[in-house]
Amino acid sequence: MEDEVEQDMHEPNSFWTKYVWSQDHKVIAIQYSVIAILVGIVALVLSGLMRLQLGFPGHFDFIDPSAYYQFVTMHGMIMVIYLLTAIFLGGFGNYLIPLMVGARDMVFPFVNMLSVWFYLLAVLILMASFFVPGGPTGAGWTLYPPQAILPGTPGSDWGIILMLVSLAVFIVAATMGGLNYVTTVLQARTRGMTLMRMPLTVWGIFTATILALLAFPALFVSAVMMLFDKTLGTSFFMPAIISMGQQLDYEGGSPILFQHLFWFFGHPEVYIVALPAFGIVSDLISIHARKNIFGYRMMVWAIVIIGVMSFVVWAHHMYVSGMNPIFGYFFATTTLIIAVPTAIKVYNWVLTLWRGNIRLNVPMLFALGFVSTFTIGGLTGLFLGNVVVDLPLSDTYFVVAHFHMVMGVSPILVVFGGIYHWYPKMSGRMLNDTLGKLHFWGTFLGTYAIYFPMHYLGVLGVPRRYFAYENYDFIPDSAKDLNALISVMAIFVGLMQLIFIFNLVWSLFKGKKASDNPWEATSLEWQTETTPPGHGNWGKELPICHRWAYDYGVPGYAQDYLPQNFSAESGEKT
Amino acid sequence: MQTTHTLEDPKGVKGFVSDWAGDKNTFKVSWGKAMMWIFLLSDTFVFSCFLIGYMVVRMSTTEPWPNASEVFALEIAGHHIPLVLIAIMTFILITSSGTMAMAVNFGYRKDKMKAALLMIVTAVLGLSFVGMQAFEWSKLIEEGVRPWGNPFGAPQFGSVFFMVTGFHGLHVSIGVIYLATVAIKILKGHYEQSGNYEIVEISGLYWHFVDLVWVFIFALFYLW
Repeated sequence: MEDEVEQDMHEPNSFWTKYVWSQDHKVIAIQYSVIAILVGIVALVLSGLMRLQLGFPGHFDFIDPSAYYQFVTMHGMIMVIYLLTAIFLGGFGNYLIPLMVGARDMVFPFVNMLSVWFYLLAVLILMASFFVPGGPTGAGWTLYPPQAILPGTPGSDWGIILMLVSLAVFIVAATMGGLNYVTTVLQARTRGMTLMRMPLTVWGIFTATILALLAFPALFVSAVMMLFDKTLGTSFFMPAIISMGQQLDYEGGSPILFQHLFWFFGHPEVYIVALPAFGIVSDLISIHARKNIFGYRMMVWAIVIIGVMSFVVWAHHMYVSGMNPIFGYFFATTTLIIAVPTAIKVYNWVLTLWRGNIRLNVPMLFALGFVSTFTIGGLTGLFLGNVVVDLPLSDTYFVVAHFHMVMGVSPILVVFGGIYHWYPKMSGRMLNDTLGKLHFWGTFLGTYAIYFPMHYLGVLGVPRRYFAYENYDFIPDSAKDLNALISVMAIFVGLMQLIFIFNLVWSLFKGKKASDNPWEATSLEWQTETTPPGHGNWGKELPICHRWAYDYGVPGYAQDYLPQNFSAESGEKT
Repeated sequence: MQTTHTLEDPKGVKGFVSDWAGDKNTFKVSWGKAMMWIFLLSDTFVFSCFLIGYMVVRMSTTEPWPNASEVFALEIAGHHIPLVLIAIMTFILITSSGTMAMAVNFGYRKDKMKAALLMIVTAVLGLSFVGMQAFEWSKLIEEGVRPWGNPFGAPQFGSVFFMVTGFHGLHVSIGVIYLATVAIKILKGHYEQSGNYEIVEISGLYWHFVDLVWVFIFALFYLW
């Protein structure tokens, strides 16, 4: 209780302190989300440009091979780090953690504010690389040395430097935010909110944040070392090398060290994105199926076990790097083991739906879409987790299809679902339902039309990362038709997102007014006194948590849901 | 049908879980201390990655690794003493951990004068550490050691040296500023009202961590 005194409760009173230099977690969350969505649109446009080249080679003069590789690199990096990581942890995490655990704010609001401004700085540095001589780096989103910093790679002068600096700044931002999220979940829950009563959304974000705090250091270190290789001429990652007929000054470094460091970050990064998605989907499914989540404890343990396991599978990204085959054996085994808790989660989602009173509204549609795409993407992951299957498939479109299904489409569907679900709480207005359904079906079917054919391309052996496919006899003409179809669908899905953006803006002003609890949900964020919640979230007294977050359809009560702050003894809200 | 979770006191593994799942605070510490611990855990990973990177390039490089005790030797009054500066620096840093621990003690006794004074002593010791590091850097640079190469052997020697000691020195410098700020705030009576001097311990945690990291750098870089 004494902790509450520590909390800074100064009411913001001017426009600047309320909306710009705000320390309120809800405003910070919206700032994070808006920046992430804007930068995500850039990445979406880049993917459209890539598809134009692949689908209709030779028709677009402004896309030369260098530009193509720059598009690939920036698309990948922005989507994974600056959109998905930022919006799940900085956006959803910031908004939902204090509300869901019954806190007034994050534990250190000032550090939280710094986090969003460092994030903006990182985004600006990254965007600046479009305007420097040579343009952004085209090293591929994995930035493998030696090629990332050698002449001949697009953006090897300035682009790579800005990319590495931007990543380092982003990591500082993510650390400042992450410390807040973890400490808030551990130390600032309201009375009665035990860890095992928290909604799974909080569990997912909490575990993902711990992963972020432990995995980002590896990326930070590799970024610093590569920056020195580039600017000071050190040889951390650079072996003796001849480039364009010239012996360079580098010698004795280890390129594979970078790969290990990068993937020690890179694999947990997959789960930094996936675990919040798991959590949010669990809540969406339970709420909109009007049924308690199946196997709550199992779901929590699955999240924790996946989180721990994600640190011992990283080298399955490196089967073709020439590492010791015994490593391959070890990492294939751990990779396949991690499928077990993941499969448990999928079964539990399906069992939650089973005989539920399903309300097929927009958030639910997105949650169901996620279960579908995630299952498909997960199954191809089993293929690729085996060394012998991975070797022939590794450099083909099969891998592109796999990771876009599992960590591109799936999390982004959850982002959409989450936004449709919590937008009423954030803005006080409902998003338009018809536009939402249009957006869902266009996106869901469209992405299947994009990525499903890519599996066939991959099995045909069509290599990924190529700029054009002329003069490869083994690629049949039908593959080119397929590529054109994929490109058309990609442009279509890209345009579908305009509906979403329009819906966001339009509903803010014209949307139907939302009640405090439009979805009839149990978790605490829907039990606030006002919508959107005011500064300090809870009025005079913090809510008291009496039950878990999944009391739907409890016998003996008139309403089909019991909010977490509903006390059975008094029979009324406390 | 049981619809709500009631809290009992289970035994064994379940008891462990329920302790962690307890009401409100998982750890019985303040928010600030919890956050510092979590930050230090994250920072541990940063330094671990740096040191693992160092070990890997030391193995991958093709040239022999310079003999650290020779490179870091000083000529004092005609005597050739290996590692003497590093020994003094290490001694100073560990001493500063001692003064820091005393400051924490006086902080909890609300003896603000002594606590602040000892923190300033700690900061000054830290500052002298950074000063000696600057001296060491300039001496090596004079001898031709650069991040991209050096006259003694493998070029990675200089790269790792400047990167790791630089990153650690940055931590010490930030720590000096941090301690000085807290000490000044104590003297100004900033914590008078709440009577809570836990901030001394929180900044102390950071300081001890920086010292601990130095022990690893000392052992792995200078002694190996």
